[in-house]
Amino acid sequence: MSTARAMQQPLLLKFSSGLFLAFWCLLAAFPIFWIAVMSFKEPVDAFAANPLEVIFGPATRANGKGLSIIDIVAGIAVLWVFARMAVNNLSGWVERFAPLGQIWLGWILGALLFGLAFVLVMFGVLPPVLNVINGLTGALGTPVIGLSVEHYQAVWVENAFYKNFINSLIVTAGVVTISLTVGTLAGYGLARSGSSLAFWILIIALIFRALPHSVLVAGYLPPFINSAELLEPFLGDAAPTLYGQPLAVIAVLVSINQPFTIWMLRSFFQNIPNELDEAARVDGCTHFQAFRWVIMPVMWPGVITTGLFSFLLAYNDYLVTALLLDAQNQTMVPAIAGYFNRETTTTDQVEAVAAAVSITAPLFLLVMIFQRQIVSGLTAGAVKG
Amino acid sequence: MKFKTFAAFVAPSMVLMLLFIATPLISVFIQSFYVTQPIFERVEVETCTPGFPTQTCVTETKTQPVLDASGDVVTETRYVGLESYRNVLQPDRAYDALSRFAIGELLTIDFWKALRFTLTFTFVTLPLVIITGLAIAICVNNAVKSIRGPIIFVSLLPFIITPVIGALSIRWLFIGDGIMTAFLEWWLDRDIAMFAQGWTIELLMLFYRVWHVAPFAFVIFYAGLQTVNQDTLESAVIDGASRWERLKYVVIPHLMPLIIFVSLIHLMDSYRVFEEIIGFSAQAHRISLQFLTFDLLTPDDSGNRSISRASASSMLTMIGIVILLIPLLKRTWRDHRGNK
Repeated sequence: MSTARAMQQPLLLKFSSGLFLAFWCLLAAFPIFWIAVMSFKEPVDAFAANPLEVIFGPATRANGKGLSIIDIVAGIAVLWVFARMAVNNLSGWVERFAPLGQIWLGWILGALLFGLAFVLVMFGVLPPVLNVINGLTGALGTPVIGLSVEHYQAVWVENAFYKNFINSLIVTAGVVTISLTVGTLAGYGLARSGSSLAFWILIIALIFRALPHSVLVAGYLPPFINSAELLEPFLGDAAPTLYGQPLAVIAVLVSINQPFTIWMLRSFFQNIPNELDEAARVDGCTHFQAFRWVIMPVMWPGVITTGLFSFLLAYNDYLVTALLLDAQNQTMVPAIAGYFNRETTTTDQVEAVAAAVSITAPLFLLVMIFQRQIVSGLTAGAVKG
Repeated sequence: MKFKTFAAFVAPSMVLMLLFIATPLISVFIQSFYVTQPIFERVEVETCTPGFPTQTCVTETKTQPVLDASGDVVTETRYVGLESYRNVLQPDRAYDALSRFAIGELLTIDFWKALRFTLTFTFVTLPLVIITGLAIAICVNNAVKSIRGPIIFVSLLPFIITPVIGALSIRWLFIGDGIMTAFLEWWLDRDIAMFAQGWTIELLMLFYRVWHVAPFAFVIFYAGLQTVNQDTLESAVIDGASRWERLKYVVIPHLMPLIIFVSLIHLMDSYRVFEEIIGFSAQAHRISLQFLTFDLLTPDDSGNRSISRASASSMLTMIGIVILLIPLLKRTWRDHRGNK
């Protein structure tokens, strides 16, 4: 379709809008790109005032750690291949090989396997192969860009960041599963009931959504710390101290997330025509059977989208996890505070940068794979609610 | 749907919300009127040092916490009325400062300092987020189709990043002689220390929040732009409307419900500003209402949490939320009545 001549834009407008977009993209990506670059450099390079020194890292190169041109080309090639596969083929594979016909299980397994394969090829297979090639090629094989992974090693191995990673995994997995299970039921009920009660529940949920989380945590802390005494009459000696327990934090995060979840799921359920329910009911299904066997199968896009937002909430949370978890159950985001509180040496700082990049990497992958779902989730809430 | 089925569907969610949102709210409300403190007792202690010809003995009264049989400190909870609120608000000092128009003095009290920052933050970022989001959405809508996907991808990054990490990533650009500070120093030809005074940190925090939320506004406005009626636009062109007039009289009115939606979400979220304070380590210069409560809940050097003052400050924060929400609730109520 050709645009009418009157609708065409003058060159100046086109140019300036393009310029603005380029500037925005630079602004959006730069801080994230930059911390990724910093995390691979020696402290001297990472905090250098000259940007070229940060990128090329002369001090890092001087230590004999760096990438040659061949390394860079090979790395970009592998990255490109994997990115193409993620965008084009992953969803097809998931649909074909999903175990037990469960798409969501397929997505989780698929994403995990894909990530694992990427890490294996990029960091397991590539370096030894390239070492050999670099040795053979001479000039092309000498490092041009400084790069060292020692900070990642320090963070993940020496400072046992993997423990925080596992804790984060437990908390987010728990939050996503429970809040989706509870939320889909409620969302369906609210979408299909036109009663005043449903309306009031939604309004109260909206008020709850606006509550600052610290207000709620102020309510949790005393009972959680004393829960062993409080629960003793009911549970006897087995009464647990809830403070510091991942399970308690999962329950808290699920509840905090509930208002948002039911609003979003409700708007997705409203998109599914009511006739589908009625047809199932005529065929003799109960409401629950209709929900489980007729509505849920067409609801997966909405569930995946809402799941993504639940994941983000649990993964990104600082306040609740920092106050309600003790040191050994700490998740990744509060754990990083430990680095910049003892900011004594620049090495510590670069380690903090490396930890920050480690936290961001999964999110980056998430946007890459689920861009469409995230956008649809954002707009679903706005257009309907 | 029968009430019973409806109840069965929503019950689990309701139970969770009652147990973990409504109950804590009530308990915070009650807590704010009580103070739990260890019981102290005064004991006379006689300390003797060897001396000649007799021991030198000093008797002094000491205050020490009462311990129970298992050696734990005995605490008591007593009703103090509005004392915790008074501790947080410090009405005498605040009134004194206000009557002399000494705003600077008023802002030395934590609560008023936090309130000032939170409100400035909320109302400064709001228009910036809307305008930036709208500008990006309009530009992307004008751009060639093939680059829209990549732009949306890049734009989503600031939105999806962990807030604390996002704030940190901007802080690392400016810290010490970081590249942005070096660039600014070269550009303005003067010495700059971004983290030495409050207002520069505040600027960075405002920038961070706009950077973080503008993508959200952009995605929503962009979706709205897809549904603008092309016929209306064309007839506006025929009537001789300029580009600016078309934007003002056709596009923006069409997007108005979305602009209101984004504003409300942004008001709720930026009133809860918290992660920026942690990320920029701004607590020495700038604190927010939510940070104030967080700070009171964090154990101090002797391991005590000031639960009751935290409760009072959270109740005061709540009042702000309620005021913010009243217009929204009124509107929803009208819509609901209208639909019937």
